[in-house]
Amino acid sequence: MILAVLDDSPAALDMLAYTQSLGQQVEAVTFGAADTDDLAKRGVRAVHRIAHDELADCAPAASGEALSQLIEHLRPEGVVGVCSDAVTEAMAHVAAITGLPLATNCVEVSTGDPWLLTRVRGGGMLLEEAELHASPALLTIAQGVSGDIGAGPVESCEVREFTPELTEAAATTQQARIVERASRGSGMTLATAPVIVSGGRGVGSADGYRALEELAERLGGVVGCSRVATNNGWRPHSDQVGLTGTKVAPELYLACGISGATQHWVGCMDSKVIMAVNTDPEAPLVRRATYAVIGDIHEVLPAVIDELKARSEG
Amino acid sequence: MDVLVCVKRVPAPGAKVPLTDDATEIDTRYLGHTIGPHEECAVEEAVRIVKEHGGSATVLAVGPAEADEQLRYAIAMGADRGVLVDVGAAELDPQATASAIVHAVGDTRYDLVLFGTESADASHYQVGIRVARALGLPIVGGIKGVKFEDGAVQLRREVADGVEVYRVPLPTAAAVKEGLNLPRYPSMPGRLKAKKARIDVVPYEPEPGGLRKVRLRQPNDNREEAIVLGHGADAAPAVVDVFERIGVIS
Ligand SMILES: Cc1cc2nc3c(=O)[nH]c(=O)nc-3n(C[C@H](O)[C@H](O)[C@H](O)COP(=O)(O)OP(=O)(O)OC[C@H]3O[C@@H](n4cnc5c(N)ncnc54)[C@H](O)[C@@H]3O)c2cc1C
Ligand SMILES: Nc1ncnc2c1ncn2[C@@H]1O[C@H](COP(=O)(O)O)[C@@H](O)[C@H]1O
Repeated sequence: MILAVLDDSPAALDMLAYTQSLGQQVEAVTFGAADTDDLAKRGVRAVHRIAHDELADCAPAASGEALSQLIEHLRPEGVVGVCSDAVTEAMAHVAAITGLPLATNCVEVSTGDPWLLTRVRGGGMLLEEAELHASPALLTIAQGVSGDIGAGPVESCEVREFTPELTEAAATTQQARIVERASRGSGMTLATAPVIVSGGRGVGSADGYRALEELAERLGGVVGCSRVATNNGWRPHSDQVGLTGTKVAPELYLACGISGATQHWVGCMDSKVIMAVNTDPEAPLVRRATYAVIGDIHEVLPAVIDELKARSEG
Repeated sequence: MDVLVCVKRVPAPGAKVPLTDDATEIDTRYLGHTIGPHEECAVEEAVRIVKEHGGSATVLAVGPAEADEQLRYAIAMGADRGVLVDVGAAELDPQATASAIVHAVGDTRYDLVLFGTESADASHYQVGIRVARALGLPIVGGIKGVKFEDGAVQLRREVADGVEVYRVPLPTAAAVKEGLNLPRYPSMPGRLKAKKARIDVVPYEPEPGGLRKVRLRQPNDNREEAIVLGHGADAAPAVVDVFERIGVIS
């Protein structure tokens, strides 16, 4: 049996489908509510719901502790997590508590002794083929990996409550407690915007972003940037696209004065259409984009804005 | 406040990531190396903490002897000393890396131990958590804000639907993310100090863990060459035609 650790993101259902394609019985684990009708439709007969008062405002260490106890209790052959920050962090605690290896960001997995897997490194810069020598095998599945729902629907999915013992653990390494929680304002973000007008060193200054802002507004999108722009203090880090910024996948990614280093590329490569504006026709991003304009952004962007104005008036 | 920052020496490739002939490592012969951005922010934070509260900032790297370069960079930023756990050239798995760090820390007590949330090249997302557990320290990851209040520290992070702030008594560990601060460039006096600084070298041969790298591979990239829409301002109509065609004009 393999345990699939879910959260409430759509990626969790992709991970579940992928895990079911590994050819073993799969049971689900959740820390919150579970949609048993949907799980039954997806062929899951049992969901283990981890519940404990301490989990609400304790650090991820407590989730890891709880999950380790469930694993000890059920003795699965594998534990597969969705690759959200929260689940990955809990899985890393499980690995640390149990002394087992953990393979994060997997895109291909086959069970066996050892398990064989391919994992993503550097946000997509490279793939690593590896062996996982351990039982149970602990791993997380990268975003975007899914399987055909191999398991046909079952009549019902049974909820099994699991209450971990967290007292002793809480006394040692879990004194990190939430003292404040705030939800983010609504508004469009890099992660949700359909259009991103992104600028790099070629923009030249903080002021230079005005043209990008105007264009983004006209296209119903937001401004993004490269790490050079962040490091120069031209834009806040929350605008940064790339390996250590945000990974984006808009309808249109317009890259202005960005060369296209791999660490930036892995953040924008999933965009539907990439358009690059660059003075250098040999820039890596110009070659890899869908469309390119060769030229100075300080000339190209105002001309594009004028053209948009003319067409909307005309 | 005594702060330890764990930094990894990572290759800094440009547009391509060249591999060695046996495809087990990145071919770094023509590449520079660096500290990952998350860890650079951790070093910056440590330097600021020591400036404000006194104490010391120690940087530690597990890697080949050449990781000396990254430790000196961190010292040039303002860290006080460096520890190099010399494990040779081959990259370690996360269990072995963690045990090397724990070994080198030994009985030394730090008030705060900082990591990056994930390493820039390997993205294992776990070394900090393994070390913190072994040292008996609490740890929270994804941290973008650190604030001291008597005997404790507030750690802030962004989560899917908002922000969480944790209060943790000292000593503690934290795994941080870029955006925590804006790291400084080393000053000239900083660079001179770093040149002469002493780096403690700890030789160590950790047991391998259960995750064994077999080979590295480039992801498929069968994109077509870009369609060039034109040059300079003259390209504007063609650009807007594309906007219309893909339906992004509202
Ligand atoms: C571990 C690690 C993690 C990293 N993470 C990230 C990350 O998350 N995001 C990120 O972006 N980078 C990241 N980087 C940095 C990355 O390697 C590059 O240094 C960075 O992306 C370069 O930014 P850039 O393209 O703006 O600048 P450059 O590489 O300097 O390119 C500027 C481009 O602008 C063009 N240009 C100049 N003037 C004009 C003009 N007037 N009009 C049009 N074009 C012009 C030039 O031809 C050039 O192509 C990371 C690096 C490392 C080592
Ligand atoms: N070789 C290393 N030397 C020092 N610190 C490391 C090393 N590898 C990982 N770390 C630390 O652990 C964090 C998480 O790494 P990882 O688990 O590989 O994603 C990094 O950001 C570093 O702070």
